[in-house]
Amino acid sequence: MSPFLQTIRRDLILARRQGASAFLAVGFFVVAASLFPFAVGPDPDVLASIGAGVIWVSALLATLLSLDRLFQADFEDGSLDLLVLAPQPLFLLVLAKTIAHWLTTALPLIIAAPLLAMFMAIPPEGFAPLLLAMLIGTPALSLIGAVGAALTVGMRRGGVLLSLLVLPLYIPVLIFSVASISAALIGQDGSPAMMLLGALSLFSLVLAPPAAAAALRLSLE
Amino acid sequence: MKAMSRLHQFANPMRFARLSQAILPWAIGLTVVLMAVGLYWGLVVSPVDYQQGDTVRIMYVHVPAAWMAMFTYVFMAAASAAGLIWRHPLADIAAKSAAPIGAGFTFLALVTGALWGQPMWGTWWVWDGRLTSVLILFFLYLGYMALWQAYDEPAKASRAAAILALVGVVNVPIIHYSVEWWNTLHQPASVLKIGGPSIDPSMLWPLLIMALAFNAYFVVVLLWRMRSEILARRIHIVLMQRAAS
Repeated sequence: MSPFLQTIRRDLILARRQGASAFLAVGFFVVAASLFPFAVGPDPDVLASIGAGVIWVSALLATLLSLDRLFQADFEDGSLDLLVLAPQPLFLLVLAKTIAHWLTTALPLIIAAPLLAMFMAIPPEGFAPLLLAMLIGTPALSLIGAVGAALTVGMRRGGVLLSLLVLPLYIPVLIFSVASISAALIGQDGSPAMMLLGALSLFSLVLAPPAAAAALRLSLE
Repeated sequence: MKAMSRLHQFANPMRFARLSQAILPWAIGLTVVLMAVGLYWGLVVSPVDYQQGDTVRIMYVHVPAAWMAMFTYVFMAAASAAGLIWRHPLADIAAKSAAPIGAGFTFLALVTGALWGQPMWGTWWVWDGRLTSVLILFFLYLGYMALWQAYDEPAKASRAAAILALVGVVNVPIIHYSVEWWNTLHQPASVLKIGGPSIDPSMLWPLLIMALAFNAYFVVVLLWRMRSEILARRIHIVLMQRAAS
């Protein structure tokens, strides 16, 4: 098995052995989104009109909360040093860790999304676009987040800084994903926004791993 | 190669100190003259707009501030790239020193935009595409400055901040166009566009003079901040040496 796949496998095993704490992000996602009906009232029309946005903002925040797990534990037990010293290019290993992060954080969010869509009274024809947008858009969240996580690894109060660094960069993902869902809900073609969302994910796939690798090298000096 | 070695000459802080000392009086003079001419021309001489009345005069501060907000970010990213690639110490200091100035311009653009928006659109703030992208630019500046603060060693901080500035500068156009696509109420750009500016020369000239004045001001404050940063680091070294002996 190649080192790339081994890194993914290792992170997946670590996440599984952490047990329930791996699902904290999903718990946060569901609880945060369920707060909105209390804040704006239970009117289904209001909920449906803000639903896609609420789900996406909650997903952004849930991703953000899980980002410190990405490198912090490896930094503390020293395995990050080994990854940096490994003969493989560091950006590939960073990509592997990011994929594992996506599998353990974003994928559970996507699975939980239909439940929230039901809570938010989104009509059934919006379910498929919502899931598709999350499937296409969340890789960008993990990838951009990896850069922020790498920049703040080992900091005493990295979490607050991480949110300030990463959230502004998440805005385009938020715009295009919600636009594609809203377009589908009013019977228009949501595919242009969906394609732009895909472009964002592919673009971050190319640029984020090298940037995160450079930031990790620096943090370990 | 020759250009490179010439670039490295400026890496010497002493040479930079002499050079900046020579440039500063001229830059200060230029700022004062351009600012005085531009403000007088813009606020007193230039005609009122047939639709907007006197409020159009906010433009002479708002538009140059918005231009400088974007220019400073690009400058910061270019300096960061130079610092990362050539390990040029002055480039790092230039990037660090430019950030608060850029944040200041961005803040000025936001405040004057709100003051202009109130009489024109009837509200202080609208979630319009261009306003919003300037707001996000402001957040990016804050993140950049916060990252500098978070590291103790300047050498490490400069490289982390440089990576962030480069990631940011790649994202600024993406954010700008996605936000613009999202919602646009702001009038489209009327100076920098294909086919020449659609603004009358009686307003264009004071605007351009104000833009130059803001540029000269940027140079003055940048040099001041860079000089004080160099001095602060030197004081730090002297204090450490004294503590050690």
